[in-house]
Order: sequence, then structure tokens, then C-alpha cells
Amino acid sequence: MSDYAYIVLIPLLPLASFVLLGLFGRKYFTKSAGIIGTMALLASTIIALMAAHQYFFVDGKVAGAYHQVIAFKYTWLAFSPGVSIDMGIVIDPISVMMLVVVSFVSLMVHMFSLGYMKGEERFATYYAYLGLFTFSMLGLVLSVNIFQVYLFWELVGVSSFLLIGYYYEKPTAVAASKKAFIVTRFADLGFLIGILILGFYSGTLDISTLIHKLTSVQSPEYIAITTAGFLGASALTWALVLVFIGGAGKSAMFPLHIWLPDAMEGPTPVSALIHAATMVVAGVYLVARLFPVFSMDDTALHVVTYVGAFSALLAAVIACTQTDIKRVLAFSTMSQIGYMMFALGVSKQVGEQGLGYMASMFHLFTHAFFKSLLFLCAGAVIHLVHSNEIKDMGGLRKLMPVTHIAFLVACLAIAGVPPFAGFFSKEEILLAAFNENKLIYAVALFTAALTAFYMFRLYFSIFWSKESAHHDTHHEGTVSMKIPLIILAACTIGVGFIPFAKLVTADGAALETHIDILFSLAPVGLTLIAILIAARLYKQQNGGPQKIADSLGGFYRVVSRKFYMDELYLFITKKIIFPLIGKPIAWIDRNIVDGCMNALASITVKISGGIKGMQSGKVQGYALYFFGGVTLLAILFIYVWK
Amino acid sequence: MSSLSEIPLAHILFVSTALFFIGMYGLFTRKNLVTLLMAIELMLNSVNINFIAFNKYLYPGKLDGVFFSLFIITIAAAEAAVAIAIIINLYRSHQSIDVDDATEMKY
Repeated sequence: MSDYAYIVLIPLLPLASFVLLGLFGRKYFTKSAGIIGTMALLASTIIALMAAHQYFFVDGKVAGAYHQVIAFKYTWLAFSPGVSIDMGIVIDPISVMMLVVVSFVSLMVHMFSLGYMKGEERFATYYAYLGLFTFSMLGLVLSVNIFQVYLFWELVGVSSFLLIGYYYEKPTAVAASKKAFIVTRFADLGFLIGILILGFYSGTLDISTLIHKLTSVQSPEYIAITTAGFLGASALTWALVLVFIGGAGKSAMFPLHIWLPDAMEGPTPVSALIHAATMVVAGVYLVARLFPVFSMDDTALHVVTYVGAFSALLAAVIACTQTDIKRVLAFSTMSQIGYMMFALGVSKQVGEQGLGYMASMFHLFTHAFFKSLLFLCAGAVIHLVHSNEIKDMGGLRKLMPVTHIAFLVACLAIAGVPPFAGFFSKEEILLAAFNENKLIYAVALFTAALTAFYMFRLYFSIFWSKESAHHDTHHEGTVSMKIPLIILAACTIGVGFIPFAKLVTADGAALETHIDILFSLAPVGLTLIAILIAARLYKQQNGGPQKIADSLGGFYRVVSRKFYMDELYLFITKKIIFPLIGKPIAWIDRNIVDGCMNALASITVKISGGIKGMQSGKVQGYALYFFGGVTLLAILFIYVWK
Repeated sequence: MSSLSEIPLAHILFVSTALFFIGMYGLFTRKNLVTLLMAIELMLNSVNINFIAFNKYLYPGKLDGVFFSLFIITIAAAEAAVAIAIIINLYRSHQSIDVDDATEMKY
């Protein structure tokens, strides 16, 4: 086993950049903040790639399977023997993969922002926030202790809040940041309770010890947690479902997805980093991290599967009707994360049945590249046309050739056209679903076709459709904006060929890659048909889409209003929770709780007002009390207690 | 010596009691701090008389009471020094040695 302690630098460099820019940025680094942040991230990325190389190709394997290394561990708070909050670094296939993804995508976003955010007043603050986010996300993926996960989980939530609300003069941005924070915070309550249940029964918060204790059927901890029950489900099921709720909040799974579309109020590169590639997959990562425990409980896995599949389908349907380019991408993110979730749900822990786990991680990996590419392209487009609405775009292919090609590559990847990255990972997911659950497979197949349709709707609407209303004087953006697009496009073409099944699997042992032409026929065929339909409808401007929308009538309206989920939540909070629960509680707080305190205080004031006259400040008065007291004592001792 | 022993103990105790209550009366009624100090001295001296009288009448062969009264006289001298220092300081800050003028520490 060799030394991985240098990995601690990967999260610490962005932290250093955050501290430096956060404290001194606005004064000293107004211009150079971007370069400083980017350099820190560049160093982090290089170290992460070195670590990945060392782990995967040099010394990660022991007896044919990748094993887990604890590179560094420091006990921060020890509650009792065994139960402690540790800060540490765990090295295993998924954490190394996430290290590469997070630092790499973050580097791309840092670089892209150099051009995109140029001239912003709070340029240094922006880079400080990016540094904070990158630090928290890296800390999250490296966590050894489930409470460490929770701490970084909240830090990630805070930095997401700060970045969504970056344009704080805009009321919609403020509302969106609050919504994102409150919804995810609400979900984190479930996560915390889940952690506490797991910690209570297993007597530890350390992830590997916890997994070890809860996965052997004979261990007393496993027997205790499965026999204890509440409302007909075992404590294990409850704990895992609650942890999953936390993950679902961060990963925007139904019904906690409502914050993600609104989160698009943040700067577009931020959406690429946080709300496409990294933070939103934290929920998937969490389930994967605890997957050995999840695989012990079928009910929890079913919840994961069905929530994932339903979210994938729902988001894809909504995405077809949205007119804001970033919202389409947001729903597509939600849909793809749904894929990752149900792939985990249909997986098992060992051997060939662990295909879903591998597929999920593979999709997470490829999705990070093509989705951040899509968002960065969208950023470039928005930078040019100064609008998020599709109808303001069109015919941009000649004005922005680089963005056009990059966007096309990303669309082909997300649609699952071979040989782009998304094809390989989606194929594995579909195969895993096909082997386990035919219903899920059908949903996934349909969603794949929808994905291709709405992505190409976006592509044709932006780059073809009508003639461009913009003049050639507009340019595509600076070199620093084009380079990340080119790099990410190259990755999107290339990463599908990484032999992922050999590297990242549930039990560490290599799997065979399954690319079966016959099996691929159905999804690829459907995808191509969907692309053709999109091309037919959106390549030239014609009344087609409008006619279809009209013929669907009410259904279209319901979908385009996102199934009235926001209105439903508003109704529940404003009409039910606020008047029926909030108001009475506020009344009790103001009148009874505060009343008791006020009464206590006013009684004290009255009594002390009555007796303060004794403190006259006159020495002779005090002497009188003294002699009176002496006399009293004398009488007592002489006559009463003889 | 013989003439003193003809006076009964009770008489001497009357004197000392009277002296004590005269001092106490002064302590409560006078406002001048120097007078208060004098009143306290009266009370201390009445105690001294008690010590001497009990020593003489009850334990003639011993000297405990005498030592105690000597001790009290020493204390009284020290106390007078401290009290006068306080009074001088009070006069400097308040331009008065009236006990009712120094009531800042009330409430």
C-alpha cells in the first residue's frame, strides 16, 4: 500500500483560493481573481489525475479487485468509544472517479468564467464562492465518516445558495436561492435522522465500519436494526429511505425537484458546475457510497428505483415543453439523474448482478462531461443573445461555429447515439434495467427517446430554425470560453471508450463490458426516430409544433406548467401549513411561551421593586439591620434553642 | 483594692451596659462620621469594662480578660486610624462628613 496523503491538497487548494479571494479579493485581486482561482484548480486537477493514475493503474488493485484505502483520518469529536466524527480521506474507485470529475469540471468552469463573468463587479467574490463550492464537493466525495459527509453536504448547500443568489439585485434570483436552500434543507432533515438511526443501531459513524457491521447477516447490529420496526417497516428500511430523501433533495428527485429549474437564476457556468455535473449527483454518490447497506434492503432499493424512474420520465416530459434554454437543460439533468438512481436501484452488490451500480457510476461520469458542456454552450449562447428564451435564438450556427459543434456533440452524447459517451453508459443502464425489471426498462427506453427529442428540439431551435437576428459584429466569446468547450467536447467523444467496467464496480472486481448490437438496436433506433421528428418539426420554422401543442390542449398546458407542482407546493405551504400550523404555533409562541416568560420577569421586577428600599445606601440603616439580626439570634439562642 | 471589691459586680455591669447603649444611641442618631466613630469607641470600651470586671470578680487568679481588653484597645486604635482615613477621603470627594450624604451605593 502506498501513500496517498498528498490527496489532501486537492480540496485544500480551492479552500486556499476561497480564503484568499474571500478575504482580500475585492481589494487586491479584482482583476487577477480569475487567474488565481483557475491556477489553484489547475493544480488540484493535475494532482487528482495523478492520484487516479496511481490508484487505477499502479497500486489500487489487491488480488484482482480494487480495495479501499484510508489515506488520512483524524478524530475530530469523539462521543464515546466507536462513535466519533472523523475527518479523513477515503480512496476507492468511486471517490477517485468523483475527484477527477469534480476537479476537472470545476477547472473547465473556472476557465470559462474568465470570459463569461469578465467585468462583473463582484468578480473576485464569484471566484471565492466557486472555490468554496469546489472545496466542499471534494471534501464530500472524500469523506470517511457519515457525519463528515453531512458537514460537507451542508457546505455544498450553502455554496449553492450563495451562487444561485449571486445576482442578488434580482428578486427572482433571491427567491430561487431561498427556495433551493429551504427545499434541500428540508430533505437534509431526513438525511440527518437517517444518519442518527444508522449510527444508533450500528454504534458507529465510520462508513466502512458501518457497512461492515450492517452487511453481515449474523452480526448483532444487523439483527437489531432489522428486528426493530416502525409502522410496518424495519429500522433499516426507514434509515435508508430517510438517507435517500436527503439524497433526493440534493439530486432533485421527485417530489423534491422543484428547486432545480429555479436554480437556473444563477450565472450559467455555475449551473454547469453545480446544477449539472457535481452537486446534483451528490445524492447518487451518497446512495453509491452506502450501497452495500442499501443492497441489504429490497424495500429501500425499490424506493430508489421507482423514484428514479418516475423522476426521469416526468422531467423528460416537462423538458419537451419548456421554452427557457436553461430550464430545458435543468429538467434534462433531473431526468438523467433519475437514470442513475434507478440504475442503482436495480443493482446488486456482487459480481455480474452489480451491473447497475457500474452503469450508474459510468453514467454519472459521462453525464458530468456532456451536461457541463451543454450548459457552457448555453452560457456562450446566452452571452451572445442576452436572453434565455429559445424564441430569441435561431440560426446561430454561422455566428458561433465552435459552440455549434460542441453543442451538437453533447446532444448526440446525451441522446445516446454511438459512439459518443452517453451511448455507452446509457446502454449499460438499459441492460441492467432489462435484466431486473421490464417495467423500468420500458420507462427508460421511452425516456431515452424523449431525451433525444427535446435535446434536438433545443439544438435545432437554437442553431437552425429561422435566420439569425444578430449581426456578425457579435462574436462568439473569448478564447478562454472556447477552450473549455473544445476540451469538454473532446472528452464527450472520448470518455465512452474508457473501460469503466474494469475500473469502477460495486465489489471492486472487474466486469465485462456489454455492447450487444442486437440489444442496442431498440434504443438507438428510437433515438434516431426522435431526432428525425425533432428535425422535421424544428429545423425550419413552420407551424408544426404550435399545431401539436394546440391539439394536445389542456395536457400541454399542464405539462408546460410543470404539472402545477410549484403551485401545489405553494398551495400546501400558503394555504395549509401557514394558516393551520404556522399561525397557531406562532400564537402559542407569542402568547403562552412568551407570556410565561414575561410573567416571570414582571413578577421578579415587582418583588424587587418592593424590597429594593432596604438597600437605602445609608450606613446607619445597615447597622440597624445588623444589630436587629444579632438581637434576634441572641433571643433565638437564649430562649428558643436552649 | 479592697474598696473596689466592695462594689458588687452587677453595678459595674450596669455601667458597662449603659455605656454600650449610649454608644448605640449615638451610632443611630448622629450624622457626623466623627461622632459615629466616637460612639463605636464607647461600645468597645463597654466591652472592655465587662472583660476586666469578669476577670476580676470571677477568675481573680487569671489574666485572660486583661489580655482580651488589651487586644481590643489595640484593635480600636487601628480601627480609629482606618476610620479617620476613610472619613478624610470621604470629605475630599463629597466635601462633607455627613453620613447621609454618602448614599451612592443604594439600590
